[in-house]
Amino acid sequence: MTVYVARRLLQGVVVLFLVSLLTFFLMHLAPGGPSSLVDFQSTAAERDARLARFGLDRPVHERYLVWLGGAVRGDLGTSINQGLPVSHLLAQRIGPTLVLGVASLALAAVFGVILGVIAALRRDRWPDHVVSTLSTLGMSVPNFWLGIVMIILFAVHLGWLPASGSYTIGGGFDLGDRLRHLILPAGVLAFSLMPNVVRVTRAAILEVMASDYVRTARAKGLIERSVLIKHTMRTALVPVVAMLGLIATVLFSGSVVIESVFGWAGIGRLAIEAANGRDYPVILGVTLLAGALVIVVNIAVDLLYAVVDPRIRHD
Amino acid sequence: MTDAARGSPEAKKRTRSRLWKRVARQPLGIAASFLLLILILMVAIGPELVPHEPSRTNPLNVLQAPSVEHWLGTDELGRDVFSRILSGGRVSMSVGLFSMLVGLTLGVGIGGSAGYFGGRVETVLMRLVDAFMAIPAFFLILVIITSFGNHPVTIVVTVGLGFWAQMARIGHAEFKRFRNHEFVEASQALGGTHLRVMARHILPQVMPQATVLATLGVGWAILTEAALSYLGLGIQPPLASWGAMLQNAQGYLWRQPILAVWPGLAIAVTVLAFNLLGNSLRDVLDPRS
Repeated sequence: MTVYVARRLLQGVVVLFLVSLLTFFLMHLAPGGPSSLVDFQSTAAERDARLARFGLDRPVHERYLVWLGGAVRGDLGTSINQGLPVSHLLAQRIGPTLVLGVASLALAAVFGVILGVIAALRRDRWPDHVVSTLSTLGMSVPNFWLGIVMIILFAVHLGWLPASGSYTIGGGFDLGDRLRHLILPAGVLAFSLMPNVVRVTRAAILEVMASDYVRTARAKGLIERSVLIKHTMRTALVPVVAMLGLIATVLFSGSVVIESVFGWAGIGRLAIEAANGRDYPVILGVTLLAGALVIVVNIAVDLLYAVVDPRIRHD
Repeated sequence: MTDAARGSPEAKKRTRSRLWKRVARQPLGIAASFLLLILILMVAIGPELVPHEPSRTNPLNVLQAPSVEHWLGTDELGRDVFSRILSGGRVSMSVGLFSMLVGLTLGVGIGGSAGYFGGRVETVLMRLVDAFMAIPAFFLILVIITSFGNHPVTIVVTVGLGFWAQMARIGHAEFKRFRNHEFVEASQALGGTHLRVMARHILPQVMPQATVLATLGVGWAILTEAALSYLGLGIQPPLASWGAMLQNAQGYLWRQPILAVWPGLAIAVTVLAFNLLGNSLRDVLDPRS
């Protein structure tokens, strides 16, 4: 088990290294790369000074090695626009993103599984059709638009919930206030993640329900509820858990947009600020952090997999 | 059924009528096709017919509610929203279609080669696919847009790149499945080049699945482009795009909230039509799933 986790983490480090290589060279070899930032309206001497300050006067592979040397010691460089260390910015912004991510993942998982079970049990009847319509809508409606519509409805018209931010500024820590700020962004994000959970749950339940041992359980006269809970759910959860890894990837993409809609000061928002300001070190840091989170989530999912399905052992 | 019987005209007719029966069982898909046809006609010829130029401003007539003169009202610069929706649709739909083509070509090309050749080619290409899958698509897109700028062609390629790895996985599996089939071996024995075998013999077998994914892919690409434009990183003014219109509208939520409704509705209806069509195509072309 420990060996398994260690091996997976090591593989993760290799993937992260590849991601950093890909991202770094993509950015630095592009015609509009960092060196072009300092071209406007400056004398040659000023330009050279700035290039030297950010180490941009050296060849690209040397720059990468310098960056990598820092990165393994936790130094991801300095933000061009904010002048602060990238690791400092990331540490500041990761909390809100994790809160939003965990909340929307939990909502999507709980409601997705419930709706998926309902759709499977009432297959081809109206509840199934309602659930499938909801899923198709969740896949098609742009989540940032849904966010705006929710702001119009709940903040502008009804005034029930705040329109943006993750807490009321100057109010001190207040759990109720934080939760009220969380409802809209987490709900909207969950709505766009849910279709995947619903689809997988429905298919898994239908498959298990058709299996021999469920027929046996029914034949020996068990009531329907215990067939569903004891015999069907547990097996059906395996593909759903497997799905969570993929959902985490979609979640990070989605949070970039949703954090901007709701002015949520997380990693996604930082990524957009950095992209608009062409703040290369920050973009690189954010991409790596997102990759690392995806890797960690996937390892966690695989471990959870063994809990749900005892046939799987990570020796 | 023998191969000779399969080629006979009657057999072909039988297959075709079976296919039509399956199509007839998909009312949602048929409705979605008609809706798409109407949407495409609207954005293709609509901008030529509307009385208001999409980018003509009118400072005396800003943020108007919908009226007979301006069907969907006017925006913060007094431009006609209906005209802008139509011309924005041209941009959004073209980006969606071309991005899908980029993703599909790259994915089937690279994934297909990996599956067909196997061995070291397969290992290298599929590890590349894994690395791309590890980065959440949106971050990859941000990296590329920041580096290469937001020229429309760059956006098309970038959005396509966010989608190719998924296509490659499927191309890989399918080409691998057909690699050892007799018709492939026969063609190779007759001296067919690898390219010919892949393009003429395996590709047609993969087409049904690819069509389904391509249809769903257009929806995804339209959503992604809209999100990019909404964030200010996509198609730039003066070109209208649905995402950028939403971004502008968000600044006027308290004064004219209806302004934020139209572009989102346009995106949602278009993507919904592509998704419904894709799901129906899956049921018709790929009965296994």
